[in-house]
Amino acid sequence: MAYIPLALIVIVVAWFVAAYNKLVRMRNQVKNAWHQIDVQLKRRYDLIPNLVEVVKDYMSFEQETLTKVIEARGAAIAAKGTAAQAKAENVLTESLKSLFAVVENYPDLKANQNVAALQEELTGTENKISFARQFFNDSVMAYNNTIQAIPSNLVASLFNFTTETYFEAPESDRAVPKADLR
Amino acid sequence: MAAPEKTCGKCGTVNPRGADYCYLCQAPFGAGTPGPGVQAFAGETGGSGNAAPVFKAAPMLLFPDAQRHNVRMSALLFALLVGVFFLLGTVIGGAYGDVGNGIALSAVLCVILGGAAYFNGSSIVLSLHDAAKADPERHRQLLNVVEEMRIAAGVPMPKVYVMPSAGMNAFAAGRRPEEASVAVTQGLLDGLNREELQGVIAHELAHVKSRDTLYNVCAAVLVGSIALLADMFLRGTFFAHRGRSFGGRRGGGRANAAYIVLGILLALLAPLAAKILQMSISRQREYHADAAAAGFTRNPLGLASALSKIAAGGAQVPGENRGTQHLFIVNPLKEFGPGASALMSTHPPTELRIQRLKAMAGFGGV
Ligand SMILES: [Zn+2]
Repeated sequence: MAYIPLALIVIVVAWFVAAYNKLVRMRNQVKNAWHQIDVQLKRRYDLIPNLVEVVKDYMSFEQETLTKVIEARGAAIAAKGTAAQAKAENVLTESLKSLFAVVENYPDLKANQNVAALQEELTGTENKISFARQFFNDSVMAYNNTIQAIPSNLVASLFNFTTETYFEAPESDRAVPKADLR
Repeated sequence: MAAPEKTCGKCGTVNPRGADYCYLCQAPFGAGTPGPGVQAFAGETGGSGNAAPVFKAAPMLLFPDAQRHNVRMSALLFALLVGVFFLLGTVIGGAYGDVGNGIALSAVLCVILGGAAYFNGSSIVLSLHDAAKADPERHRQLLNVVEEMRIAAGVPMPKVYVMPSAGMNAFAAGRRPEEASVAVTQGLLDGLNREELQGVIAHELAHVKSRDTLYNVCAAVLVGSIALLADMFLRGTFFAHRGRSFGGRRGGGRANAAYIVLGILLALLAPLAAKILQMSISRQREYHADAAAAGFTRNPLGLASALSKIAAGGAQVPGENRGTQHLFIVNPLKEFGPGASALMSTHPPTELRIQRLKAMAGFGGV
């Protein structure tokens, strides 16, 4: 009989440790997911100069489209703050879409192996960015749920785990049709 | 792609075209749309059959529930499998006059076979099908798609293999997500578009994420061990009838007749029962992986269309055998008509899987 309170204490402590560890794991996953988005964005910055280099000889008529892509890339790299960066990234996405739309009109260019490879790379990167955002938001949702739900909210408030904010996409992103790059 | 994908203004989640609520935060997209109704597998579309898909289900929200259910189901079936195994051991032991030895024998066998499979499960399957590592130049799109999906699933990048076969199929192997492999046939790469390939890869990564690959190896080992034990017992018993008596062992002729009868019965039935259990675990997991894939891609129709192409184009993979059929996305040995929902099949009928996926995208019973 004397063991019952002891057993209860052990169970409660074990639960506390487990809940704390789970929260730490989830917080790290949110951080890691955020980092994933960054990795893919940087990858896109690196790919764009190659694409511009390959495409520019063919596209003397379409200087404007190319300039827009280069400017958008510069603006996205320079953007400070999450909201400004999200906006700049979307401008970049749109400018790439219009560039690919133009590429469709040049059969020589479309047949070029390098262009096809770069186009696949950029499509892939574009998708990776959006799946990374999706995973980030999923992770945030799971983390926030755990922080707010009973009884794990006890542990969360005790050790200062705070809710994370979702990745916000600007309004403009919803209105623009996505070009079919596949 | 006709209509644009929809990005939720509230949380930034990219939703499939035609969605009228955000999957993640359930904010409605248009003004005046009614509140979200989360229905697992919506029955009716309400509207003409050709209308754009309306996303009724929210697989990402249901995903954890489905996972828990599947894991619980599998644990239960798995426990049953182990139970049958040890029951057989006990009876065999009893038939030879020593229950303890029977149980010990089944335990030892289980550990040996389990160890062997555990340490080289995936490499055997891979070499069986001449799978070669995907080439960064030639299979650029495949590698990109795998990376996209592994980001969506939140698992480490698996090793990617291509099998030379012209049949359309894919499988995943590996005990843990950290050491997983995904293999697809050349036929699959040739036949599917990017969206469909995404669906297939997402399905395989769902198996990896939920550790189905590990369960598969364990279940196969248990079933194999039960068959082996039963086989040994039947041979031993029949030998005894031909004149070699049980009494030769351990000095006493105490083999219990009741145990022997029970043993023969069990030895005949247990392998069958074990197989049925294993297959039903496998079928559960296929539905789950389909639902999870829809959650990862946010596009159930990609996988649905891939499955119908695979069903039409043929899923046969040369070199395939009964031991590994359950690993593949569509069973490579059987033709799947509507009547294929038999107890012994590793996969649910492809028709039904397609139907469920379409229901997730808001199409009615098709
Ligand atoms: Zn599967």
